[in-house]
Formats: sequence, structure tokens, C-alpha cells
Amino acid sequence: MSKIGSSNPVIKWIDHRLPVFTFMQHELHEYPTPKNLNYFWNFGSLAGIILVTMIVTGIVLSMHYTAHVDYAFDSVERIMRDVNYGWLIRYVHMNGASAFFVVVFIHIFRGLYYGSYKAPRELLWMLGVVILLLMMATAFLGYVLPWGQMSFWGATVITNLFSAIPFVGEPIVTWLWGGFSVDNATLNRFFSLHFLLPFVIVGVVVLHIVALHTHGSNNPVGISIKNNDDQIPFHPYYTIKDLFGLGVFLVVFSWFVFYAPNYLGHPDNYIQADPLQTPPHIVPEWYFLPFYAILRSITFDILFLEAKLLGVIAMFASIAILFILPWLDRSPVRSARFRPVYRQFFWILVIDCVILGIVGANSPDDPVFSGAKWFQYIHLGMISTAYYFFHFLILLPLLSIFEKTNPLPTSINEPVLGGGKATAMAAAKPMEKA
Amino acid sequence: MYKALSGVLGLLMLLSPSSTCAAGTTAEVPAQVWSFKGLFGTFSRPSLQRGYQVYNEVCAGCHGLRLVAYRNLAEIGFSEKQVKKIAASMTVKDGPNDEGEMFERPGRSSDRFVSPFPNKQAARSANNGAYPPDLSLIVKARIGGADYLYSLLTGYKEPKKVTEVPEGMYYNLYYPGQLIAMPSPLSEDGVEYADKTKATVDQMARDVTTFLAWTAEPELESRKRTGVKVLLFLIILTGMLYAVKRKIWANIH
Repeated sequence: MSKIGSSNPVIKWIDHRLPVFTFMQHELHEYPTPKNLNYFWNFGSLAGIILVTMIVTGIVLSMHYTAHVDYAFDSVERIMRDVNYGWLIRYVHMNGASAFFVVVFIHIFRGLYYGSYKAPRELLWMLGVVILLLMMATAFLGYVLPWGQMSFWGATVITNLFSAIPFVGEPIVTWLWGGFSVDNATLNRFFSLHFLLPFVIVGVVVLHIVALHTHGSNNPVGISIKNNDDQIPFHPYYTIKDLFGLGVFLVVFSWFVFYAPNYLGHPDNYIQADPLQTPPHIVPEWYFLPFYAILRSITFDILFLEAKLLGVIAMFASIAILFILPWLDRSPVRSARFRPVYRQFFWILVIDCVILGIVGANSPDDPVFSGAKWFQYIHLGMISTAYYFFHFLILLPLLSIFEKTNPLPTSINEPVLGGGKATAMAAAKPMEKA
Repeated sequence: MYKALSGVLGLLMLLSPSSTCAAGTTAEVPAQVWSFKGLFGTFSRPSLQRGYQVYNEVCAGCHGLRLVAYRNLAEIGFSEKQVKKIAASMTVKDGPNDEGEMFERPGRSSDRFVSPFPNKQAARSANNGAYPPDLSLIVKARIGGADYLYSLLTGYKEPKKVTEVPEGMYYNLYYPGQLIAMPSPLSEDGVEYADKTKATVDQMARDVTTFLAWTAEPELESRKRTGVKVLLFLIILTGMLYAVKRKIWANIH
């Protein structure tokens, strides 16, 4: 079983008893990978690296942080002012959260475009959705910890959502708070859970990678590996490509950390939490804005269901719908390259999500265009929310039946038709891809 | 996919101005020139020290600076002796001592700035019900940052339209809602600068804003210095990684 190239007796001795070296050889070195992956396949490993960075910086921050309503805000400022390089560690952690979501959103849309959720990768995709949910919970809990105005009021708004649950809503909110308002007990448990969840994410990430390595990566043409000409070993080809991608990412990320560390944050969070003073606009962090827009878009009751409850259901459904995506889209063709109609609708969905984000950032009653007072953000939000669900629930099943897909190439190595040209061109001019 | 992606990015840029919503009727804050802006920005030391003087003589009566320690003043060019003198001029409540009594003592360099009021209630009660916020983080805690603070301090203008200004409130062009409880704090020659600079309202507003930008972000200079090195390193490293990538992949296509 031991196929390791090393003749080092110590390595051989260990590997015979605990095959860690064989494992690494298999999964990181020989691991067969399609040869045509483009730069959109960099974002998975990038997300993994950010996760580790977040855990490392987070552990250091927790050594200096005090989870108490009277001291939390000041302890964060102490990190910024008196802890050696505390400002760097905190800004990396703070902007790391945003970077994590940027990378994961691109990773998800990559999956949507190239059909990475289709058989045999359904569980791989669903584990990814679980990771997204865990990330969102972790980010929300973490944003509360500095105990600024947005921390406090964000926590109040989001935990209050659970009061929409019929009959048991109020007791559940009290149970979540550990009291009758967002207070010290809430802050303490949020800190505890914010510390716990990243390790749960690591666990699910391991499963995500096991599932990935079972059938290997999807690829831009979306057809499976047929023979040896289609694949290359992961190392050195994709290790170096991932490292180069990491370099590009770090340049952009460092620019934010060192030159615009608070660009993505809200100034109100540098005001200590005050339960007696509500900020004029309570807005979540940018990565929650599309979901926030969906939450606020349901303004009407349906039968006995209240608008508030429906909003909460819609918000959770917007992510839950991703779990059943592999069964909504039944088209046998994976990659959007060979699905001319789906490709158009994919980009409309991207634009729809961006619009939802913009809606989430604005007051519902404000007009979208200064010229047309009757068309408010709430209306734009309703339309884009409806379209979001329309895309997944109606459009995708219909496309699976009616779309006429383009012919697929015979293999990854010799893409003779349509998509082949794009691959060859992209390969010839790799500069454009970065 | 790349072509379409750039199309989406373009559309995003078109839409984004609408997302930065303007708050009601308040005037747009004009951008100012600051020594601490930009890639290599640093705080002008003379301006910081004058700014401290303005804070100390004008603002400190109502506004605290509780996150800053007197020892930090050494970072903006005050000597150790000057810092000790500044600290000693303040009275700090300490204790309990061996008899269990609280006592008052002169400040030390290690103390944080003593706030003018013992608590929020006392501050409100002394200021007509309005709370003068602590200024340690004010530049980071307001949309517009330093530009906003400068505009606010110089924004006590005559109202253009006839605006009802209630008793105890003042008209300020840049304050959200335009009615502020703080009277115009700066007046010509309100302080006598130690370095003989002419103390115009504009000068004082600039100096105290620079000082408060420093109290909000005392790490700014080392952050930007480190940033230049980090970025240079990363750009070179990434360039080299790209060359290696090209070499390794050369035989693939």
C-alpha cells in the first residue's frame, strides 16, 4: 500500500503504521485534476486559507477580549491601542470576514455557472450550503462582540426575528437572549458560540473535501474525465496556480487591511452600545444585505400567516432552496457554456442578487430614482425577491425540459466544438484570466 | 464568462451611487486636504500639538477622551517632562487605600484622560439635557470622518431659509437635522497657540480635527508604513509566483 517516493527510513517507519504520508501523496500530490480548470477554481482553496487565518487571528483576539457589556467595547479598543500589533490582528480578522464572504460567494456562483451541483456532486454541494449557513451564523455572532451600536441593534433585530414563530416565538427569544433583552448573558453566549462554530465549519469543510476528492473537481466544460490526457496531478500544477491566486488575493486584501480597514464597516459601531438610543438606520454587514432585503420584502399577510413570519420564512428559504437545487435543475448538461438560455438567466440572477444587496442597504420608503417618487426600494425589493424564487422554482425546472443545449466536446483534452475555442483561447492568454 | 462578468461589474458601478443614500436635507460634506490621507500619510506634528491645545482649552470642558492615556502624548512630540506635567495638572480619583477610603491624587502619565463628568447623567444635567460625546473615536464614529468634523466645527452659518431655531439649539449646516445643542465652540483667537500660529477658526478646526483623527487611529502611521512594505513584498512575490506558474504549466497546453 505504501507507494511513497521517499526512501527515508523514519518516514517509511511512520507511514507503515500511520499512512499520513501516503495520504498526502494521494490527496495533495497525485490527486487527478482536470487540466482545464480556470481561475474561478481558485476560490475553494482560498476560502480554506481564509478560514484558517480567521481561526488563528480569532484565537489571538480572544486572549485580549473581555465578553462583558461593560468591558467589551473598551477591550477591543485596548487591542487596537495597547496590544502589540493588535490593530493588525483585529483588522485582518474584521476584513477577513468580508473577504471570506466575497470568496465564498464567487465560489458558489462558480458552482451555479458550471453546474458543479449536479450528479454525482449533490452532497458536495449541500455540504457547501451547510458551510454557508454556519459562516453566516458565525459572522453574525462575531459582529456582536465589539458591542458597538450596530452590534447591539443588529443583535436585537435579528434575534427578534424568532418572535415571529407562532405560539412559542416569545419564549424562544427570551431563551436565546438568556434574559428579557439583549444583555450580558447574550453577549457571553454569543462569544462562546462564535468560538465554537468555526471548528464546526472545519469539520464540515473536511467532509466537503472528502466528497470533492471522491469524484474530483468539475471543470469549465462540465464533462467528466475520460482518460489520462484529460487530467494532471494536483501538484505541482494546481498548487502553484493556487499560490499565485493567493498572492493576487493577498494584494487586494492587504490594501483593505492597511489602507481602508473600516471601508466595509459602519461608523456607528465605533460608538459604544446604548440600549436607550436607536441608530437612525440599522443595517447589517454588506454580506447580509441581499438576505435582509428579502426579509423586508414581505409586507403582506397571507391567510393567517403574518407578514413578519413570512419574511423570516422567505429569508431562510432563499438559502434552503439551494439544498434542493440539484433536483430543480434536471438538465443533463452541467456547464453553462453549452446552455445558451441558462447562461443568460444566470447573469440575470447575478444582477438580481446585486440589486437585492442595494435594496438591503437603503431605507424601504426611499424612492429608487429621484424622478419617480412612487417607485420605492420596497417595490424593487419585492420584484427582485420574486425573481430570485422564480429563477430557482420555475425557470430552472422549465429550462431542464425546453432548453436546446449545444453539442458537448468529446473530451476535455480535445474540445472540438463550441466551448473548445474558449478554452484554447483562455489557455493561450492566461494574463486575461487573472 | 469573463466578458459577461465585466459587464455585470460595469452595471454594478452604475447602480452603486444610489446605494450611498444621502441623509435628508443635511449639506454634503466637502473633502479637505489632510496630511494623514494617502498611501504615505502621516500626522503633521505641529498641527497635532496645536490640536491638543485646542482640545485642552476648548473641548475638554465638556468632552472626554477616555481611551487615550497621557503617556500617548509622547507619540505626538511632547517630551516626557511635558507629559508628566500635563498629567499632574489633572486630579484622578483613586483607591481604596489601606484605610478603605477613596482619595484624590495628581494624574500620572499612565492614567487615561480624565473625563469632565463622572457619568452620562451628570454630563446631560450640566448641558441642558444634551450629552457631549467622548471624542476618542469621534472621527471613526461619524460618516465623513475628519471632513465631517472639520465641516461641523466651521458649519455654524446663518440659516439660508428662515428656520425656527429653538431655545438652546444652534443652526449648523452639516449636523444631521441641522439643529445642534453645542454652541459654536471656536472663535477667532480663542486660543493663543504656543507656536505663535494665528488662531483662526479654520486653523483651530483643522488642528483639533487632526488631533482627534490621531486619537481615533493612533496606529495610522505605523499601519501605512507597514502597508507599503507588505504590498511591495506581495506584489513582487506574486509576480514571481506567476513566472513559476507559467514555467510549470508551459508543457501542458
